[in-house]
Amino acid sequence: MNDAVAIYDVRQEAFVPASEAGPAPKRIVVAYGFWIFLLSDIIMFSALFAAYAVLVRNTAGGPTGAQLFNQVSVAAETAFLLASSYACGLMSLAVASRERAAVYVRALATFVLGAAFLALELREFANMIAQGATPQRSAFLSAFFALVGCHGLHVTAGLVWLTVMMAQVAVKGFRATVQRRLWCFALFWHALDIVWVGLFTLVYLMGVVP
Amino acid sequence: MTDTRYDRAPGDASAPAEPSGVLVYTTGLALAVILTATSFWVANTSLLWGPGVSMGLVVLAVAQMGVHLVFFLHITTGSDNTNNVLALAYGLLIVLLVMAGSLWIMNNLNDNLMPSPELMNMPMRH
Repeated sequence: MNDAVAIYDVRQEAFVPASEAGPAPKRIVVAYGFWIFLLSDIIMFSALFAAYAVLVRNTAGGPTGAQLFNQVSVAAETAFLLASSYACGLMSLAVASRERAAVYVRALATFVLGAAFLALELREFANMIAQGATPQRSAFLSAFFALVGCHGLHVTAGLVWLTVMMAQVAVKGFRATVQRRLWCFALFWHALDIVWVGLFTLVYLMGVVP
Repeated sequence: MTDTRYDRAPGDASAPAEPSGVLVYTTGLALAVILTATSFWVANTSLLWGPGVSMGLVVLAVAQMGVHLVFFLHITTGSDNTNNVLALAYGLLIVLLVMAGSLWIMNNLNDNLMPSPELMNMPMRH
């Protein structure tokens, strides 16, 4: 009888349900809150995607996607962003094991690859505008620049954020707040890559399919 | 076992019974590269049936998003991940409503309000 009670107590201690365990650690609360923000950000992107899909044929006699898009450049952009996301994942691992040198090297790789993506995208925009394909030209181009430009702005914000985080690692070290921010940054960067998957499929690849 | 009572945070790779983190990220990268390369090939080849290409591209994109979610963001079907998956499911519901709803309504408006040129020139028959 006593044995049974003892075993019951041990089991109680080992499997406390989440509802009785008190508040979750701050790391989980912060990451979950940031996850909700990312999902709302993706919902905002879905509105821009929907606007693009509705307006894609309204070229008003101007250039169409098939005439403007350069697939080689888009493939390079995709490769840069994917590699940057991978480097960011490796940086998260280095953050978890607190290897400072590895964090710097992998953050630098993340930054350089992300900046290369951005440079290619800006060159593409400049080429289009030089050909007269400005956002004012047609509803299709307005929707295109709104959608792709919004993603580009997010990438720019991510690069600034990464720079700030490296300064914080250098000055403050791996304290809990800095680590949580780095985790949030990694979530942000991976989510941007997910948006880019939808973007290159819907805009660039479907744009050239007849 | 007491540390499993909390849910897992999104992006958290530190579960004990899983393969090492580098392997997870590298697997994700390899799968993403294969899917991306397939997407670009599908869009540029003439070997496939034309009208099916768009649907194929959508399937490949959804598959790649799934790869990113599982291998990069570490969203799994485990019981410690329920909250993350539920939030994701709700987000997806809204995304689908916005996208499908916009396309459906705007296509209907286009059909009802803007007759195509051939239709406008057609002689009326009673």
